[in-house]
Amino acid sequence: MLSKSTHDIAASFSRRGVLAATAGLMLGLASFTGAKAADDTIKVGVLHSLSGTMAISETTLKDTILFLIDEQNKKGGVLGKKLEAVVVDPASNWPLFAEKARELITKDKVSVVFGCWTSVSRKSVLPVFKELNNILFYPVQYEGEESERNVFYTGAAPNQQAIPAVDYLMKEEKVKRWVLAGTDYVYPRTTNKILEAYLKSKGVAQEDIMINYTPFGHSDWQTIVADIKKFGSAGKKTAVVSTINGDANVPFYKELGNQGVKAKDIPVVAFSVGEEELAGIDTKPLVGHLAAWNYFQSIKTPANEKFIKDWQTYTKNPKRVTNDPMEAHVIGFAMWVKAVEKVKSTDPDKVIDALPGIEAPNLTGGVSKMLPNHHITKPVFIGEIKGNGQFDVVWKTPGLVAGDAWSKELDGSKDLIGDWVEKKCGNFNTKTNKCLGSGS
Amino acid sequence: MPANLSARLCSFALSLFLIAFALPAFAGPFEDAVAKFANDDFSDTEEAIGVVAGSGNKLAFPIISALQDGRLMADPDSKKVYVTGADGKSIDAATGEPVASLPDSASAVRLNNRLRRSVDAALGSLTLQSPDLSTRLQAAQSVFKSHEETALEAVDAALAKETNRSVKAALGEARAAILLFKSDATEVEKLEAVATLKARGDQEALALLTGMGDQPASVTKAAASAIGSIQSSLAVWSTVQNAWYGLSLGSVLLLAAIGLAITFGVMGVINMAHGEMVMIGAYTTFVVQEVIRTRYPGLFDYSLLIAVPLAFLVAGAIGVLIERSIIRFLYGRPLETLLATWGLSLVLQQAVRTMFGPTNREVGNPSWMSGAFELGQITITYNRLWILLFTLAVFAILLAMLRYTALGLEMRAVTQNRRMAASMGIATSRVDALTFGLGSGIAGIAGVALSQIDNVSPNLGQSYIIDSFMVVVFGGVGNLWGTLVGAFTLGIANKFLEPVAGAVLGKIAILVLIILFIQKRPRGLFALKGRAVEA
Repeated sequence: MLSKSTHDIAASFSRRGVLAATAGLMLGLASFTGAKAADDTIKVGVLHSLSGTMAISETTLKDTILFLIDEQNKKGGVLGKKLEAVVVDPASNWPLFAEKARELITKDKVSVVFGCWTSVSRKSVLPVFKELNNILFYPVQYEGEESERNVFYTGAAPNQQAIPAVDYLMKEEKVKRWVLAGTDYVYPRTTNKILEAYLKSKGVAQEDIMINYTPFGHSDWQTIVADIKKFGSAGKKTAVVSTINGDANVPFYKELGNQGVKAKDIPVVAFSVGEEELAGIDTKPLVGHLAAWNYFQSIKTPANEKFIKDWQTYTKNPKRVTNDPMEAHVIGFAMWVKAVEKVKSTDPDKVIDALPGIEAPNLTGGVSKMLPNHHITKPVFIGEIKGNGQFDVVWKTPGLVAGDAWSKELDGSKDLIGDWVEKKCGNFNTKTNKCLGSGS
Repeated sequence: MPANLSARLCSFALSLFLIAFALPAFAGPFEDAVAKFANDDFSDTEEAIGVVAGSGNKLAFPIISALQDGRLMADPDSKKVYVTGADGKSIDAATGEPVASLPDSASAVRLNNRLRRSVDAALGSLTLQSPDLSTRLQAAQSVFKSHEETALEAVDAALAKETNRSVKAALGEARAAILLFKSDATEVEKLEAVATLKARGDQEALALLTGMGDQPASVTKAAASAIGSIQSSLAVWSTVQNAWYGLSLGSVLLLAAIGLAITFGVMGVINMAHGEMVMIGAYTTFVVQEVIRTRYPGLFDYSLLIAVPLAFLVAGAIGVLIERSIIRFLYGRPLETLLATWGLSLVLQQAVRTMFGPTNREVGNPSWMSGAFELGQITITYNRLWILLFTLAVFAILLAMLRYTALGLEMRAVTQNRRMAASMGIATSRVDALTFGLGSGIAGIAGVALSQIDNVSPNLGQSYIIDSFMVVVFGGVGNLWGTLVGAFTLGIANKFLEPVAGAVLGKIAILVLIILFIQKRPRGLFALKGRAVEA
């Protein structure tokens, strides 16, 4: 539309003035058409890697948002306008995430962005969202220790995944000895720090905790699996808590299966292994190993069954699986729509203020609520891997668990809270009654 | 083996069914316990397992083994429980009466890990006197693992009748494990138990001895010396194990690098798309397995044998195509080759991503590639063993090819002195294309093997490219033997460093060592001498 009208106007000018005139007009028109487009549709940014290492996980989330937008538009859109997705590809390249975020907000004028997977990508876009004052919905379980005004965390905080999983192992499996195995980056390191503090507070001795880090994409797990077996032969029930990242899991589980480490002897509970990851492995040797999530595809509720059916119809793939971060996007998207409809505007400031308190049904039968610290309430499930690549829920929390932005287990953060409703602060110290502000 | 075993258990179960049918049913604690399976509550199920296993009822074994295999069906509405046989016919679990069909609401009784252990323990004591040898052995081992006092009587009874030596030994160990934890066992019995476990001398024995809790002073002392001797023997074994892991890692490095040793080492092309050839080989395996799964499921165990030549052809053909269309214009311009092949690697990755999707593809392990066997106190997994043998075979064939075939001779001639070779009538550009194709084809073969231990995803190749270059440069460019020695040296060094320094630091240390080594010997371990170096 832009090029056509430019062309019409330009045609009425004499040839000599065309260049200068078009240049000037372009500037004026650009802002004009930008505003006009915003009147027609509401733009939603999708910031997920479609190429590179993280494409394996993030491509599904891009499809999820497109699916949700499609469904919403069928219902008539939001505020009487259609939603329009703007998809960019940050290519698993962390600095590129920031560039693409800037592009989405300044050039495409999106009202909200759904995106990021790794914590480092989230940290990379944070300054952009703060500076340009826009909204990011972040759908992945993460290490916590953060509460930002412009970010809404719909994935699990450590107290909504890691801590309940450890509780389950202590109570149900009577585990006394712990291997904390993770990939060497910020999420596993922080989670393990929290878990170590938590275990020690429960009376677990230092020598009963083994912490092990491996590089990204580690593929030779022979030594580590042998170490785990050795560590597990100290006469105490042993379990592995795995924060091993996506790709490295397949060879890890294959090695466990081959070396005969059975779930009934040494169970492995994973925080990053879901239905998508299992789709690439033969799960028969893994039956009984565990995962902790806020959602499993196998959970039987009418909402979930409808979602799976619609999703598989939308993707035209009757075998396409669903997973936890997808559900987080479902909840986040519904919350954003409700907030926008409540304030009758897509203005980020108004939506940010309206979001806390908004409730949206999750797919497992409960109603999740956005909290003042920009995290949400979620149920926690422990699932056992089944032979068909799905999970069988063996335990769940009695109710919904509120996400803690700041871990209560760590000395540095146990007094902090995030509260964007009353205190207007992401790191408020309840002891000193002071907001630490963005400087720390 | 598990499939085998469960088949045997089934036949055993079936024979017990027949006995069971002849018995009249009676109401009592057994029936009450069976009904508990229908509650879908893990604690109730655990209680039911204990009562059923200890009931002496003929149905106990079929019920527990059905529970293990997920064939125990329960109807939550009527609280009725059914055993479905391997043949699909069902009986009422409480009475043994055959039933025509199961109600729709019936579903398999669920288990968790704790229950699986109880089931194993219960099955263990129920099958100690099974007519089948491997079932007995398995049973003795699961009693050893669970070492519950209640099984002692069954173990003693089985020991009295047992004639097979290895089963007898396993039963003896199971008995020792039980006695060690039995509070009212005599000191003599316990000392004997410690001696038996010391003789067993593996990690599980160590686990029992360290975890045995309060014992009489003499037992504690004997246990301490047993622990010491087991630990020192395990320490020796762990060195052997590290060496084996090193060989295995070395074989993977060699396999990934061997194609590069030709394209980079022999031809001098800095081939950043080498990893993608590996990936293409892995995807070829996936496609072969898909076809086999849908059309000829019986051939699954041969899927890798079929995939090897295909992967060689596919990757080799792509290699020839790349050489003809891109690389031949860039000979002697290493920087441009580097950029072009790197770009190419991105194109290939994205092409595969578009065709097969970004997620991992499942490449199954044939039965002969799964599992492990024990050699002394170390575990050797079949997939690693086969990959090691396969790598050595590929290496030998390649070496023979370069040495004894006409093409090999031409390749060596062209890489050593192109102009001279051309003057002798060798079509150098044809040889270039074939050499590059050979290197790519071998990378494709590597992909078949790597699909067995790693993710089959578009990123597969990226994780091997750095390691491959490292091996070739370290071993000495242009020398296949150097690549072999380099790969195994790096593998073993890595595996001995890893337990000390951790996987991350270990990897860093290796890189630093290589950098230092290259400073000292820039041409790698086995430097080529003579005129070829200048070329």
